[in-house]
Amino acid sequence: MHRIEVRLKSHLPDARGTGLVKDIRDLGIESVSNVHVVDVYWLDAELETDTLDLISRSLLADPVTQQYRIVSTVSTGEETAAEHHVVEVTYNPGVVDPVEETVMKAVRDLRIEGVRAVKTAKRYLIEGRVDEVQLESICGKLLVNPIVEHIVGPDTVPFSERPRYQFQLNRVTVLEADEAGLAEVVREFGFSDPEFGAIVDYFREQGRDPTDIELETLAQTWSEHCVHKTFRGRISMGGQTIDNLLKSTIARATRELDKPWCLSVFVDNAGVIDFDGQWALCFKVETHNHPSAVEPYGGAATGIGGVVRDPLGTGLGSRPIANTDVFCFAPPDYPHEKLPPGVLHPRRIFKGVRAGVADYSNRLGIPTLNGAILFDERYLANPLVFCGTLGLMPYELSQRGQQQAGDFVVVVGGRTGRDGIHGVTFASEQLTEESGAVSFTSVQIGNPIVEKKVIDVLLRARDRQLYRRITDCGGGGLSSAVGEMAADTGVRVDLEKVPLKYAGLTYSEIWISESQERMLVAVPPECIDDLLQLFSSEDVEAAVIGEFTDDRRLRLFYHGEPVGDLTMEFLHEGLPQMQLEAVWEQPQYTEPDFPSPEDLGNTLCQILGSWNVCSKEWVIRQYDHEVQGSSVLKPLVGKDSDGPGDAAIIRPLLDSDRGVIISNGINPKYGEIDPYWMAASAIDEALRQIVAVGGSLERVALLDNFCWGDTRRPDMLGALVRATQACHDMALVYGAPFISGKDSLNNEFEYEGNIVAIPHTLLVSAIGIMPDVNRAVSMDFKQAGDLIYIIGETRSELGGSAYLATGGLVGNSVPNVDPQRAKALMDSLSAATARGLVRACHDCSEGGIGVALAEMAFAGGLGATARLKDVPLGEPVDRDDFILFSESNSRFLVEVTPENRDEFEKTLSETVYTVIGQVMDSEVLEVYGLNGQPVVNKPIADLKEAWQSPLRW
Amino acid sequence: MSKVRVLVLRAPGTNCDIETAFAFERAGAESSLVHINRFVGGEQRLSDYQVLVVPGGFTYGDDIAAGRVLANELRLGLGEDVQRFIEGGGLILGICNGFQVLVKAGILPGPPGTASTPLTLTDNDSGRFECRWVYLTVNQDSPCVFTRGIEQMFLPVAHAEGKVVVTDDGLPDANTVLFYTDEQGNRDAGYPHNPNGSVEDIAGICDQTGRVFALMPHPERFIRGIQHPQWTRREATEHGDGFRVFQNAVQWAGGI
Repeated sequence: MHRIEVRLKSHLPDARGTGLVKDIRDLGIESVSNVHVVDVYWLDAELETDTLDLISRSLLADPVTQQYRIVSTVSTGEETAAEHHVVEVTYNPGVVDPVEETVMKAVRDLRIEGVRAVKTAKRYLIEGRVDEVQLESICGKLLVNPIVEHIVGPDTVPFSERPRYQFQLNRVTVLEADEAGLAEVVREFGFSDPEFGAIVDYFREQGRDPTDIELETLAQTWSEHCVHKTFRGRISMGGQTIDNLLKSTIARATRELDKPWCLSVFVDNAGVIDFDGQWALCFKVETHNHPSAVEPYGGAATGIGGVVRDPLGTGLGSRPIANTDVFCFAPPDYPHEKLPPGVLHPRRIFKGVRAGVADYSNRLGIPTLNGAILFDERYLANPLVFCGTLGLMPYELSQRGQQQAGDFVVVVGGRTGRDGIHGVTFASEQLTEESGAVSFTSVQIGNPIVEKKVIDVLLRARDRQLYRRITDCGGGGLSSAVGEMAADTGVRVDLEKVPLKYAGLTYSEIWISESQERMLVAVPPECIDDLLQLFSSEDVEAAVIGEFTDDRRLRLFYHGEPVGDLTMEFLHEGLPQMQLEAVWEQPQYTEPDFPSPEDLGNTLCQILGSWNVCSKEWVIRQYDHEVQGSSVLKPLVGKDSDGPGDAAIIRPLLDSDRGVIISNGINPKYGEIDPYWMAASAIDEALRQIVAVGGSLERVALLDNFCWGDTRRPDMLGALVRATQACHDMALVYGAPFISGKDSLNNEFEYEGNIVAIPHTLLVSAIGIMPDVNRAVSMDFKQAGDLIYIIGETRSELGGSAYLATGGLVGNSVPNVDPQRAKALMDSLSAATARGLVRACHDCSEGGIGVALAEMAFAGGLGATARLKDVPLGEPVDRDDFILFSESNSRFLVEVTPENRDEFEKTLSETVYTVIGQVMDSEVLEVYGLNGQPVVNKPIADLKEAWQSPLRW
Repeated sequence: MSKVRVLVLRAPGTNCDIETAFAFERAGAESSLVHINRFVGGEQRLSDYQVLVVPGGFTYGDDIAAGRVLANELRLGLGEDVQRFIEGGGLILGICNGFQVLVKAGILPGPPGTASTPLTLTDNDSGRFECRWVYLTVNQDSPCVFTRGIEQMFLPVAHAEGKVVVTDDGLPDANTVLFYTDEQGNRDAGYPHNPNGSVEDIAGICDQTGRVFALMPHPERFIRGIQHPQWTRREATEHGDGFRVFQNAVQWAGGI
C-alpha cells in the first residue's frame, strides 16, 4: 500500500482552507488562524518509487502550485507543534468517492498496471490553539459527517476486505406464522394491515410462503413514494367521499381543459407538452428531503441527479436543458444549543445542499435558472429540497415506448452497490433522532460524470432507434423500474448479471439498491449488438440482465435459481385502496392591533433583509446559468446583474427565437391560515411571473409538488384536500393544466415526545411558451421620467405576510384569488408587453408593493416616487403600512414611457390600473402615505444593502 | 469552396460542445462533435480537420484537478498528432475546461513537448465556482489569430479553477491575449472584475504561432445580442462579442 499526500506550496493562498477558517469563526471559535487542506491518496499496489513519483508528478500534484510526498503510513510528521491540530477524514467503507475511479483510470492512462484500488482522504492542518471541546465541535460541525465519513485513526485500514456472498434463498414464514411473527414481518417491510392481508391471501392461493425478494418488491412497488397511495386513496371528509384525490382534483382539471398541446400527462416519468410542432418539452420536479437531512451534499446531489433522469426517461428520452431548485430550511442563525440531537445545523444543511446541487448540475452542463429559498424553523429536521429538470425531445418521440416479448432488459450507466437500500421506504417514513444512524445506507455520493456520459450516449442510441422503451432507475431501484416497465408484458431477470460496484450483495440487495446514474432500456434482439457496441465506445457500461416475456409475471433468478415469482396483476393491482379520514377547520390567529409605524422605510429594510426576501445571489452565482448558451432572461437581472428576476427565459433551440419561461410559486406561510388560498396564491404567483417577463397564459403547464406532514392524521389530510381543490379550481379558470407532480408526505420529526411537522408546502412550477423572446421584459427600472403603474387591486390581505412575520404574527386575512378577474388582467398585460409597451414589470409578492418598488429601483439603479393614495383598493384600507405591504395576489408594477401612456391604458382598459408614481434619477425611493406625507424616504443604496447583506457569505 | 472543418472534441464530462459547434456553424464552418476515443482508437484522424476545439465542461469531473485527466489522455494518446496538427497550420481553441486541458497537457503555452510548464490554472481566490460576466481587453501585441481586430469583449465566465498562476520564469508578454479589466479597459480592477485572482489579470493565452488559443471566458455563450445580461435595457445588437472569435478562426482557416 502507498500513500501520497498533496498540498499547496506554502507561498500560495489556500482557498479551501480560508473558507474553513471562516466557517470555524461562524462557530464562535476565533483562535484558528489558518487551515491547510491536504489531499491524500492511498494506492492499493506494490510500486517502485520511480513509478510513484511519476504518478504524483504527472497526475496527482500540479507542478506549479502543489508539492507532494510519498509516505508509507498515516504520518504524524511535520505538524505536531502544540498549537497545530491534524484531522484526517475519509469516506466510510461502501461510500465511493468518484475521484477514486478517476484516479484508477488516469493511472492506467499512464501505462501503469497493478493498482488494485484507490482510496482518498482529506487531511486538515488546523493552526491555532483550540481545546478538545472546540476541536470536537469543528470536526462534528464542519469536517466529518458520520453518515458517510469517519476520522482516520492510526489503525485505519483504507482497503477493507469485503464479505463474500454465499447464496441462500430466504423464505419468510407467513402462512404458518404466529401473531408475533406476522407483526415482525409487517414491521420489517412497512406494510399496513390491509396490505399485508392482501399479501397473505395471495400467497395462500399460491400455496407457499413468499421469499424476501418478493416482499421487498411489493414493499417498494406499493410504497407511498412509488404509487402515491394517499393521493389515490378513498377519503371521507365532511360527509363526502373522495375516490382518488389526484383524479378528482388536479388530473381532472387537466382532463377537462383537454389542451391539444398536452402530449403526455400523468402517465410517464415527466409531463410533456408541444413546444413548436417539431419539438416537445418535458418537465418534472421531485424532492429529495430525507437524504438531504442526514447528508446534505450527497442527498441533494442525488436529488438533482435523480430528477434529471426523469426527462431522460420520458417518451423515448429527452435532453435536459434547464434545472430549477427550491429549498426550504430553518433560519441559518438558529442557535446551535437548541439543536436536537442527530439534527444537522440549518446553515450546514444549506451549504451542503447548495454545494451538492450546484456541483452535480454544473458538471452535467445544465443551466440552473430558477428557484427559491424559504426559511421556517419547522424545516429544522425536515429540510425540503425540490429539484426540477426541463427536457427537450423530438415531438414524435414524446410518447412512452412499448417493448415486445423477447426484447432484452438492459441496465446502463452506473454500477450497483449497497446504496440507498430502503431509500423509498425511508423517504416515506417519519424521521427520528436515530434516523441518521439507521439510514446511512440510504445516502450515496453521486457521480455526475457517469450520468453525463449516460445522457450523451443514450441520446445517440435514441437517435439511432436502438431501443424501444426507456425509464430511469430511481426510488426502489430495479425492482420499481423493471416491475413497472414489464407490467403489461412480463419479464425474467437474472440478477447475477447486474454489474456490481463490489461483491457481497445479496440477490435482494441487487434488486432494490438505489444506486444512482442507472437507466433501463428495452432493446429488440436485432439492435442489441449495436447498442452494446455504442455504449462500449463511450466507456459506458451496459448489461443485458433479462428479457421481457408475455406471461405477465415477474420472475427473478440468481444464477439460475428461482428467487421470486409474482403475477403482474397482483403486483400492480393488488394494493388495497387506502381508506382515509379527513377534516378541515380554519385556525384562528391573533389579529394585528399595533399602530402603523411612522417611518415605513426602516420596516421596508427589515422586510428586504429577512431571510425569505433577501438576495440569494450567493447561491445563484455558484450555479452555471449560462451553459448551453440558451439564457435570454437570467436569474439575476438589471443594471449590475444583481436584481431578482421574476422568471427565467431560455431559447431551447439555438437557431430559433421561440422561448420557454420557467417560474415557480410557493408560500407555505399562507398554508398556516388556509391551504386552499396557499395553493391558489402559489398558482397565481407562478403565472404572474410568466406574465411579468413578457409571457402569456396561452400555453402554460404546471407541476405540483406537495410536501406535507403525516396525512394519516385527519387534519393534515384535510389540509391536503383543500390545497388540491384549489389546484383544480384555479387550473381550470386560468387554463393552465397540471401535467405531472409528486408528493412527499410524512415530513415530521419526533423530538422529546413532540412531533414537529413541516408547514404545508406546495410548490407550483410553471413553464410557458413564448413565441418571440425578443418581447422579454426585465423587472429593473430603465429610465427616469417613466411612469409607474400598478395593475390589480390591493386589499387588506396581510395574513401570512412577510410584514406581519417581522412582528412574529400570522394574522387571518390570507390573500385570496379571483381567477376570472386575474386571468383577464394577465391577458391584457400580456397584450401590452407583446406590443412593446412595457419597459419593466415586476409582480407583487412577499412584501407587496413596497418590496417590488424597492427591487425595481435598486436593480435599475434609479430612484422612484410613489403615492399610496392612488393605489386602487378592492376594499377600504386606511393604513399606509397595509397598503404598502399587503400581499394581495394578481398585482403588477409596470414601467411605461410617457409617450406610450395612451396606448398602454387603451390596452388595459378592461382592468384596474393607476399611475402611482414615476421613475426618478434621484437614487432615492420616496413613498407618500394616504395623507400625502412621506412614509418612505430611503436611498436605493441602503435598500439594496439591506437586501444583499444577509446572505453575503 | 468547401467549408472549414471544425472538430469539437467530446470526452466524459464535456458539456459546452453543442453551443460551441453552433457558434462555428454560425460563422460558416462545418462542425463535428466527436468522442476522443475515436481518435485514440485510430478510427478518425485530427488531420481531417482544420480547427480543433477543446470545449468547456468538467472532463472526468475535474477530479484531482480541472482538466488534468483529459490532459494526460491527450498528451499520451494523441501528443504527436496534436504536434503535427499545429505544425500543419491547424488552429486549436480551448475554452474554460479546454484552457485547463491545453495548459496541463503542455500544448499551451507550447510548443508541445516542452519539459516544464511556466503556468497552471488553480482554484479561484474566492474558493467558489462563480458564473458572472466580465470585461476583457485584448493585448494588441499578441499574435493570436482568434482575436484579430477585437479590442474589448464582454463575456461570461463560469468556473471554479480559473486563476492563472505563473512560475518565476513568467509568461512572455506575446503569449498573453486577454486581460480581465473594468468596463473602461483598466487592468488591476480587482474582484469581481478579475473573477478568480489571475496574476496580471490574465484571462486567455496563445502559443507563439498565435494559432493555439485558450481562454477561461465563454465566447460561445455570447453569439447573439439577446444573450447579453442587460439587453432588455437597450437595443440588442445582432451579434454578441464572442462571435468575432469564431469568425476570425473560420476566416483564418479558410485562408481568407
